[in-house]
Amino acid sequence: MNPALKLVAQRLALGILLLFLVSILIFVGTIILPGDVAQSILGQSATPEALANLREELGLNEPALQRYLNWLGGLLQGDLGTALTNGQDIAASLGGRLKNTLFLAFWAAIVSVPLAIFLGLLAVRYRERWPDKLISAVTLASISIPEFLIGYVLMYFIGVKLGWAPTVATIHDGMSLGQKLNTIALPVSVLTLVVLAHMMRMTRAAILNVMQSAYIETAELKGLSMFLIIWKHAFPNSIAPIVNVVMLNLAYLVVGVVVIEVVFTYPGMGQYLVDHVSKRDIPVVQACGLIFAAVYIGLNMVADIVSILANPRLRHPK
Amino acid sequence: MNDELKYLSLRAATGRLSRRSFLGRAGALGLSAVAANTMLAGAVKAAGPQKGGTIKVGISGGGSSDSLDPALSANQTQGMVSRMWGEPLVELKAGGGLEMRLAEEFSSSPDARVWTFKIRSGVSFSNGKPLTAEDVMATMERHSGEDTKSGALGIMRGIKAMRAEGMDFVIELETANADLPYLLTDYHLLIQPNGGNDDPTAAIGTGPYVLKSVEPGVRFVFEHNANHWNGEGHASTVELTVINDDTARMAALQSGQVHMVNRVPPRTAGLVSRVPGVNVHSKSGPGHYVFIAHVDTDPFSNQDVMLALKYGMNRQEMVDKILFGYGTVGNDIPINASYPLFTDLPQREYDPEKAAHHWKKSGHDQPVLLRTSDNSFPGAPDAAALFQQSLSQAGVPLEIKREPNDGYWSEVWNKQPFCTSYWSGRPVQDQMYSTAYLSSADWNDTRFKNEQFDQLLVAARAELDEGKRKQMYADMGMILHNEGGLICPMFNDFVDAHNDGVAGWDASAGFSMMNLYAPVKMWVTG
Repeated sequence: MNPALKLVAQRLALGILLLFLVSILIFVGTIILPGDVAQSILGQSATPEALANLREELGLNEPALQRYLNWLGGLLQGDLGTALTNGQDIAASLGGRLKNTLFLAFWAAIVSVPLAIFLGLLAVRYRERWPDKLISAVTLASISIPEFLIGYVLMYFIGVKLGWAPTVATIHDGMSLGQKLNTIALPVSVLTLVVLAHMMRMTRAAILNVMQSAYIETAELKGLSMFLIIWKHAFPNSIAPIVNVVMLNLAYLVVGVVVIEVVFTYPGMGQYLVDHVSKRDIPVVQACGLIFAAVYIGLNMVADIVSILANPRLRHPK
Repeated sequence: MNDELKYLSLRAATGRLSRRSFLGRAGALGLSAVAANTMLAGAVKAAGPQKGGTIKVGISGGGSSDSLDPALSANQTQGMVSRMWGEPLVELKAGGGLEMRLAEEFSSSPDARVWTFKIRSGVSFSNGKPLTAEDVMATMERHSGEDTKSGALGIMRGIKAMRAEGMDFVIELETANADLPYLLTDYHLLIQPNGGNDDPTAAIGTGPYVLKSVEPGVRFVFEHNANHWNGEGHASTVELTVINDDTARMAALQSGQVHMVNRVPPRTAGLVSRVPGVNVHSKSGPGHYVFIAHVDTDPFSNQDVMLALKYGMNRQEMVDKILFGYGTVGNDIPINASYPLFTDLPQREYDPEKAAHHWKKSGHDQPVLLRTSDNSFPGAPDAAALFQQSLSQAGVPLEIKREPNDGYWSEVWNKQPFCTSYWSGRPVQDQMYSTAYLSSADWNDTRFKNEQFDQLLVAARAELDEGKRKQMYADMGMILHNEGGLICPMFNDFVDAHNDGVAGWDASAGFSMMNLYAPVKMWVTG
């Protein structure tokens, strides 16, 4: 069997096992939180009768293990079930949210990944001179400021004072692509600022590491221009660590943007998950948790595989 | 003032000239921007409601787990959404009293036990089905049945029998209740075809708007219902966007992305009101923040301990520092001037000497333990710290225990002997007292049991003479003020805001956002 295929199969099997463990962890986690979904729905205005009626209707009186097995059985048949709180089909409402989350992550990635790599290359080219220092200073500053603060600052100056972009990024199906892009301009900018530094610094460090090698010196002696050396010789040899950090940041763009979603009122999955955690709506929390875990595990797997394929020594083990 | 300006302002007010170009032309005629704006506001009012356009509302309080079933309505977003498509039998009128909605009139038997509501004829639901008394009865039954999960169950309990006779809907009560029509203004009790038994979340009702698009916790779009029985509603489209983050909601209002918002944070309300084109409205209501002690539990069963705590509360400081002035001082009863038949009692003031006297007399010297959390009311931990300070000046030791938000309502409130909490209030005194201060009430969160109080409460319910009833409520207030476990430092105002894109704000309407009817009653100015 092809070793690369075997590797992928192995990783996939491990990933699925990991997802199963994650689902148990999430279930146990939501069970041990105080209060239950009936209490959360009815809030302070709950009467004992209304609570008992709601618990009965939602099937909360069954033992926890039974509820978990029911859920797992449904999942294996592709049924995510219905939300306890509003009775809506989870797959349907989650589908729209997931689409929105991926939409935002996609455009943030389209802007930030090429920009980060380009800035990284630029920093190497002008190493220890003012462009390098400027790029490092700006990106490090933007990663050090909490993202909600960057969000508020951009919202105030660009949204309220200049009026260039909307401050509320609620997209819906009635919008054209152009309108949607205009609506998400501010959150995309904030996300770009947040993930830029990490990727840029890693690109810079990885390439600088390679630049010490003898073959770079040879290339220099051949008379190649600095940029061509970086692009043709240094970059391909430092691709593995760069892909790793890019994948980590992509995963962050999907699973870690709940604060940005709240600040800009973006209807993505993070907000959806938080609402349902606070209501103890276990089936929804399970479904969101699984998707987030799958994205994280999947992207990490891609990073692993790419770095192995990019390295001939790992590709052809003795 | 010359005629050209008058003409321009009228055109601007009716939307035929944009506000910006009006201000420009007024400036050219030598008018300052402030004067021009004032003039425009006057003209808008004089021009009257404009039809058409889209009103955009930024509202906080909704989540993606919300249901469309009015029985489960528990936050302002759900309340506003269901008021757009549905209507109750009777509603609170702006400025006090009741307004007839789906009931044309009502009457009661002389003993206030049997109530007859004449259902409005010629009204249709948005699915075309005509409204009948059977629909009303089915709705009331859905909210009062044995297996209901309705938030209105508590107020439906006293009903013995209901029947529909032609277009009359008759309610028979177990015991007399002069307040029944007020209870039916409850925001859960919106009339649905066949009581909503077929599909409680269908959002089909008789309201002035029809729900067109739903994303729970995100966005709701309504279109005007051209067949509404009294033609209410000015804008042709209403768009509700849920914006729970305070800063984002205020930014959306300032940048003009929404026309109106609820819950302006008191901390920043002063700043927001200085933004040109933004109007901030504050309305005192029945909502109050409370420190509640179980008076059947040691040490709070000792009246001197209670009095020490009550005299050790600096109420004005609470209003100034916790509500930033957007509120009024409380007087250790859950009732204020926003209730009908209210009588002002002598105000209890902060008095460290009296507090010290009662504390010494009680014989206690251990610190009193107060539990609090962020979600018990906004700023509760800060309020607890202020209380600790004002008590320490009287030599009364208070220990504060911070509890997590999660599970506060199920584990701490109504379970632990002394904690912070809030009440959003009720439309009438009887309901507030029966909910939380009657000996047998489920939510008697102060464990207040007083026979004389209970007798007065039941007697007042059956009393149709307003003067006598008012005196009874005053007597009950006095008992609670002196012997209750309730320390009520403040009543919080509802603070809302809208910008110049809409007009028609009615300051006499109660509660938040003109009793949540602002998008129906206001209009777009263009």
